[in-house]
Amino acid sequence: MSAILFFIAAIGAIAGAIGVVMVRDAFFSVLALVGHLISLAVLFLLLRAEFVAAVQVVVYAGAVMVLYVFVVAYVGGESDSLGARLPVPFRVRSPGGANLRLGGALLGGALLVELFIALLGTGLEAINGYGAPYAPGPRTYGTPAYIGQLLLTRFLLAFEVASFLLLIAAVGAVVLARRRGGLEEEERRLHPIDLVRPQGTGTMAEGVGGRRS
Amino acid sequence: MSIAWYLAVSAIVFTLGAVGVMTRRNPLVVLLCLELMLNGANLALVAFSRMWGNGDGQILALVVMTVAACEVCIGLGMLVAIYRRNLPIDVDELRELQG
Repeated sequence: MSAILFFIAAIGAIAGAIGVVMVRDAFFSVLALVGHLISLAVLFLLLRAEFVAAVQVVVYAGAVMVLYVFVVAYVGGESDSLGARLPVPFRVRSPGGANLRLGGALLGGALLVELFIALLGTGLEAINGYGAPYAPGPRTYGTPAYIGQLLLTRFLLAFEVASFLLLIAAVGAVVLARRRGGLEEEERRLHPIDLVRPQGTGTMAEGVGGRRS
Repeated sequence: MSIAWYLAVSAIVFTLGAVGVMTRRNPLVVLLCLELMLNGANLALVAFSRMWGNGDGQILALVVMTVAACEVCIGLGMLVAIYRRNLPIDVDELRELQG
């Protein structure tokens, strides 16, 4: 039973990955990635990592993919380059598309062979087994209670650093994506003092003797 | 299934992601392929965690997910900024930093 489920999920994951790489429309790439992530969550469940599987579905396939769909809808997500609109002298000649694709595929094949040698050709006997013994229970390996206990005791530093990293990323995204050039309009906020003081007083202009009106 | 099968799947997914990063030109799809590579690494981490029977690999997988979320956040922010400035959305043409 678990073998059948493994093969279904593995084929789903690999097909989703191929879809992400091959499909031309970016929107369908995102949908293929959602399928890939859900198949991967099934694989995590088969590996007894319940909490990681739940996080994968909720955070990844839910939240992050919604963000992707929004940006694809906003940017347009055309797979052929938008730079085709540029006038000819500004257009960069793309370095041989077909050659690049072939080279990428060759390098990918070499990487696959290397990874197989590194992962499966190790002297580790245990990778041919089914893993450590597993007994179901409320606080056993992989449950939320177990993960939470590890996160708040042994891996507290990693937990805090990750939360700080999320804060930095959120601030950075706001700074990167905000609308520029509108600062002059936004900076002229109405202040209560502006209503009672005469025009031009209390400013730097008055300090240097200009603009008395 | 033995752990080796999961490692094989993770190697294939990682390779597909790497090929996508090398060949695709839309930065949005390049980000998606980076996600694929991180997911391949995650699968290997969880498989090794199962092999040893302790949760360290799963914690590391969760941290990798956090880093992936940050990367998506910054990458999509940059993409929106590029789009607002009417620059071409194509990694072959955005190469002022190439030196």
